Amino acid sequence: MRVVVDFDLCESNAVCMGIAPEVFEVRDDDFLYILDEHPPEELRPKIEEAVRRCPKQAISIAED
Amino acid sequence: MLGTVAIVGGSLGGLTAAETLRSEGFGGRIIVIEAESVTPYDRPPLSKQVLAGDWEPDRIVLPAARPERLAELDLEWKTGHAVGLDLADRMVGLGDGQRVGFDGLILATGATPRVLPGMGDLSGVHVLRTLQDCLVLRAELDASPSRVVVIGAGFIGSEVAATCRARGLSVTLVEALATPLERVLGSALGTVLADLHRDHGVDLRLGVGFAGFETSGEGGDQRVTGVRLSDGSLVPCDVVVVGIGVTPNTGWLAGSGLDLNDGVVVDDRLRAAPGVVAVGDLARWPSARFGGSMRVEHWENAIQSAEHAARTLMVAPESGAGGEAYDPVPWFWSDQYDRKIQLAGTCRPDDAIEIVEGSLDERRFVALFGREDRVVGVLGMNRPRHVMQLRVLVEEGEAWDAGLARARALVS
Ligand SMILES: Cc1cc2nc3c(=O)[nH]c(=O)nc-3n(C[C@H](O)[C@H](O)[C@H](O)COP(=O)(O)OP(=O)(O)OC[C@H]3O[C@@H](n4cnc5c(N)ncnc54)[C@H](O)[C@@H]3O)c2cc1C
Ligand code: SF4
Repeated sequence: MRVVVDFDLCESNAVCMGIAPEVFEVRDDDFLYILDEHPPEELRPKIEEAVRRCPKQAISIAED
Repeated sequence: MLGTVAIVGGSLGGLTAAETLRSEGFGGRIIVIEAESVTPYDRPPLSKQVLAGDWEPDRIVLPAARPERLAELDLEWKTGHAVGLDLADRMVGLGDGQRVGFDGLILATGATPRVLPGMGDLSGVHVLRTLQDCLVLRAELDASPSRVVVIGAGFIGSEVAATCRARGLSVTLVEALATPLERVLGSALGTVLADLHRDHGVDLRLGVGFAGFETSGEGGDQRVTGVRLSDGSLVPCDVVVVGIGVTPNTGWLAGSGLDLNDGVVVDDRLRAAPGVVAVGDLARWPSARFGGSMRVEHWENAIQSAEHAARTLMVAPESGAGGEAYDPVPWFWSDQYDRKIQLAGTCRPDDAIEIVEGSLDERRFVALFGREDRVVGVLGMNRPRHVMQLRVLVEEGEAWDAGLARARALVS
């Protein structure tokens, strides 16, 4: 699984970080950083939740 | 047995409920009854990107309403107004006389903007809730009106004022309270919002009410030419946007036997009756966390409550047992000018307020709200990360002093 964020859509509201801080981090510069592009499978439910909750529909999961 | 689920209202809440039913393995019929005939869409951009003219409607189609996803969800779609509910026969009545039977029912009819006396069919006066509202208003903004008057400096009114200013239009923003959102944020933070509008060139009229419309034209062909205010002043304008709050769409449920009180009153599992749940802007639930009952008009709550309610239906379609209580810490955002405002939890003007990072002057800060010695809310302006980090203090109901200390440590 690969986590993909469309940074043109992302507005750094940190919803994803609230759900999966292991993977998403909004830093002091107000940009979102993906900490782990290939997170372990056990994080899938959390990442799927982040996909659903992102108000900008900016997150997707690509299968590798 | 849950054979057929009817969902009334096929927008954010209704479609999220449908998605959840399917992802939890529900294989029965799902019938969606939706009054609007356009492809379901996301509302927040209606006061922001779409109104600004930056986005076209095809960009705001809800993910669940994209053709490939809709096909997977296998929904039976009925366009029409639900006009009645018969709980004994388990039927929803439609405006055209059809009756739709159900085993489980999800109520997701959202809310409708309040209107002002005299609005009627007056041209140039708008509310903003639907895509149609947005496109009609946008067309009028495209015609470069001399002035736009926005009545109500709540979140929607404030966003509309900001979007109109970004389009270079002259804007008067009228608010009956002494500061914008005073009843939510209190006057100190309300003042920050007032200054934000003024610095962006808005003619802000605080503490004055709406008194009436000035119009030109005859009979059914009248157009607004100005707004009269309670202080006797007259603001000439070509366009008015009314943002004075919404009323939950419960009218069609009158007489159904459901408990209606500024929303559909549900239990802590979001049940309004056996096998009947309510979600989104419509639902009023009891909150053990904050005390009393809550109804919120937030995007995230529509999703969260819909997921929860769909699970409630699947766990215990008929009985009163099972499932988890719904008691979230609500989260909301609003974009105004170059500021992003976010609120987790609740706040009231009489709460204790403490700025834990940044400052009001910079318009970049995080504030904690406390009530009865507990942290109940976190408000951020251009501090999204901190709002998310501090939301946990509200979730845990942290004691006020300990919460302040933890907050300062977390954000430093
Ligand atoms: C302009 C605007 C900007 C917003 N911005 C933000 C924001 O920045 N942040 C935020 O958190 N929230 C925002 N919101 C709020 C958010 O969009 C709502 O909370 C959310 O849409 C609620 O979803 P819902 O499904 O409960 O109700 P709705 O989205 O209102 O959907 C209800 C649906 O039910 C249908 N319906 C109603 N009555 C009937 C009937 N009798 N029969 C059949 N169908 C019926 C309606 O046509 C509608 O499609 C905004 C809302 C608006 C209008
Ligand atoms: S939730 Fe979406 S918009 Fe918000 S920070 Fe994450 S990717 Fe960006």
